[in-house]
Amino acid sequence: MTGRFAAIWFRYLTTDWLAIRRPELRGGLFALAAPVHGRMVISAVSPAAEAQGVTAGMAAADARASVPQLLVLDDRPGLAGRLLKALGLWCIRYTPTVAVAPPDGLTLDISGCAHLWGGEQLYLEEIATRLGSKGYQVRIAIADTIGTAWAVARFGTGAAIVKRGTQLDILPALPPAALRLPPEVLLRLEKLGLRTIGTFMGMPPAVLRRRFGDGLLLRLRQALGQEAEYLQPLQPVPPYEERLPCLEPICTATGIEIAVQRLLETLCRRLLGEGKGLRKATLMGYRIDGKTVQVAIGTNRATANAAHLFKLFALKTPLLEPGLGIELFVLQAPKVEDADPVQEALWGSEQGLGDTALAELLDRLTGRDNCCTVSRYLPDEHHWPERSIRRATAISEPVASAWRTDRPRPVRLLARPEPIDVTAPIPDYPPMVFRYQGTVHQVKRADGPERIAREWWMDEGEHRDYYYVEDDQGRRYWLFRSGHYDDERPKRWFIHGFFA
Amino acid sequence: MIVTAENKREVISQLQRKMLHWQGYQATARHTVRMSLGPVERAFPNGVFPAGSIHEFIAAAPEQAAASSGFIGGLLTRLMRQEGVCLWISASRTLFPPAIGAFGVTPDRIVFIDMKRERDILWATEEALKCSGLAAVVAELRELDFAQSRRLQLAVEQSRVTGFVLRSQPLRIGNTACAARWQVSPAPSAPEAGMPGVGLPRWRVELLKVRNGSPGAWTLEWAAGRFAPVADPHKQTVALPERLVPEQRTG
Repeated sequence: MTGRFAAIWFRYLTTDWLAIRRPELRGGLFALAAPVHGRMVISAVSPAAEAQGVTAGMAAADARASVPQLLVLDDRPGLAGRLLKALGLWCIRYTPTVAVAPPDGLTLDISGCAHLWGGEQLYLEEIATRLGSKGYQVRIAIADTIGTAWAVARFGTGAAIVKRGTQLDILPALPPAALRLPPEVLLRLEKLGLRTIGTFMGMPPAVLRRRFGDGLLLRLRQALGQEAEYLQPLQPVPPYEERLPCLEPICTATGIEIAVQRLLETLCRRLLGEGKGLRKATLMGYRIDGKTVQVAIGTNRATANAAHLFKLFALKTPLLEPGLGIELFVLQAPKVEDADPVQEALWGSEQGLGDTALAELLDRLTGRDNCCTVSRYLPDEHHWPERSIRRATAISEPVASAWRTDRPRPVRLLARPEPIDVTAPIPDYPPMVFRYQGTVHQVKRADGPERIAREWWMDEGEHRDYYYVEDDQGRRYWLFRSGHYDDERPKRWFIHGFFA
Repeated sequence: MIVTAENKREVISQLQRKMLHWQGYQATARHTVRMSLGPVERAFPNGVFPAGSIHEFIAAAPEQAAASSGFIGGLLTRLMRQEGVCLWISASRTLFPPAIGAFGVTPDRIVFIDMKRERDILWATEEALKCSGLAAVVAELRELDFAQSRRLQLAVEQSRVTGFVLRSQPLRIGNTACAARWQVSPAPSAPEAGMPGVGLPRWRVELLKVRNGSPGAWTLEWAAGRFAPVADPHKQTVALPERLVPEQRTG
């Protein structure tokens, strides 16, 4: 996780707003009340009233009885939400990604923004001063995760800025309420005497899940940064989509190509500017007969190279049926990822597996034919020949263990061993003669046996005794006998590969 | 120059060099890869293995295909060097990556591509050969006609990638535009005297056709990470005419 988040807590959101609107109320004793089940219940209190012991959730009549000079005003439904949204939009000056954290907070994704104000401390002070000068009392915290920022803003006692990677030092001292948990879970924790996060943080996850449900674990993991949490920004990021309406319906291949080229140019310019690349793209054509046709491409690596993407589309556009003509082209990129900027190599044409040209070539190959498989093999730690290699998941996955070359292995391995007829002298000796596909081979030289046992924890069956044999014409084979010598059962010999 | 008995050899070799030059054969230093093939290299024009062109391997049996794969593996080692990547395009992979490691290739730098149809393999090979970031491309094909091989050769002349076409059990062997046509068959190995078992991999390497060179046949052994020529006691190797070997040039 590389993000940084700021949480803003408006302690007296609605009352502060009212005090701004009506200056005579500033510093006064007042509260807002809303009807609940036919009686007036306090929903928000001013700082002065809170000092007198009035809290939200009290009946308005009780509050008036205890503090006679309390001014009770009507709360308007949805006021807090509207205020938060307006404040959130105002906060877009600090970061483009602002989300509302109901009922009384904002969450800002400040990754890469704080340095514009000269560091996180100055950034935080700037927001607090600006909001404070407007008349809002706020508490702000900055941390690596949304959960920690939220917790420190509301319950933190120390510094408001949690340094990178130090959530684990801050969280244990905070109360469980800092984890954004529902009231019933908080009540149960309180009953069990778990008054700080530290008291239950180390418990086995299974125990916590059984007693408090998945929610607690999720919140804990989110606060610690072990699980990703996503913001719903107030201003959503516009989708990666380009449209090209045509004056005349397009029904020629050249026309479609020009359309694709134009759409790609504009889309790639935007992607480049944002440091992103697309992994999937869909081209849709809206035909004048009301039908929609579409083709899709995929890439192995995020790319914003218009020329390369055009080549990929050029393989697919013949599948696009224009019919009577296409009047609107829409290019969508449903899967977009961060792309590493390409470093132009000054010299040396051999760039290895990280080469962009190679990735683009593989895209073209897989784009042409769905049956095409691209695979790279890495050594796997098994002796059983079929399992000694595994397919790499990514084209640039590093090698974890070294390749073994100490044992003879055939250059060509048959997909499945084929049975052969063999004349072998006595147990554990290599065969003298074997017949494979109708040809008799006289064995002249042999190495072995190399016994390879099955991994009993993976599959059952018999071991193999491998022999590396060479016949009279110098052809070299890999043969094996399956299982031990046994008088009752016929001996099973197989050929498994050809040596170079 | 007046041809006399003394300078006859020099004149002829000079003429040959000129002819190679006119035919577009310049051994540029950048693309010269020393293959350590020993006497085989002398069969090629200028005495240099033509990297950056198409080589055709004929295999009449799976044993020959395996031997050719091993031989190609030895060549790939030199071509891929430190960081190079090789593409191995076939209908279905039968090459066993750990085994090719015995020939010095890092098997995880080979990208295997499986395609169903023969024409798709051809298309993929051509596309791959145009990609100059690759060290080599190996294609397992059955048939290759002149026009197709010409396309591959043209692609290679731009990108300078070395292409190997391994044709197992071909039905027709016609003319192709490849730089060389090889046939590699397994030869009986010779373990050290008094030692049991199978010796080092040994091949009968036949150059059936070489463009601007002279075909021949040799016995090679893969020993200590390089090709080692083996003197055949029974069969006399085709002696190369001396004049085809140019003297070491300076500059």
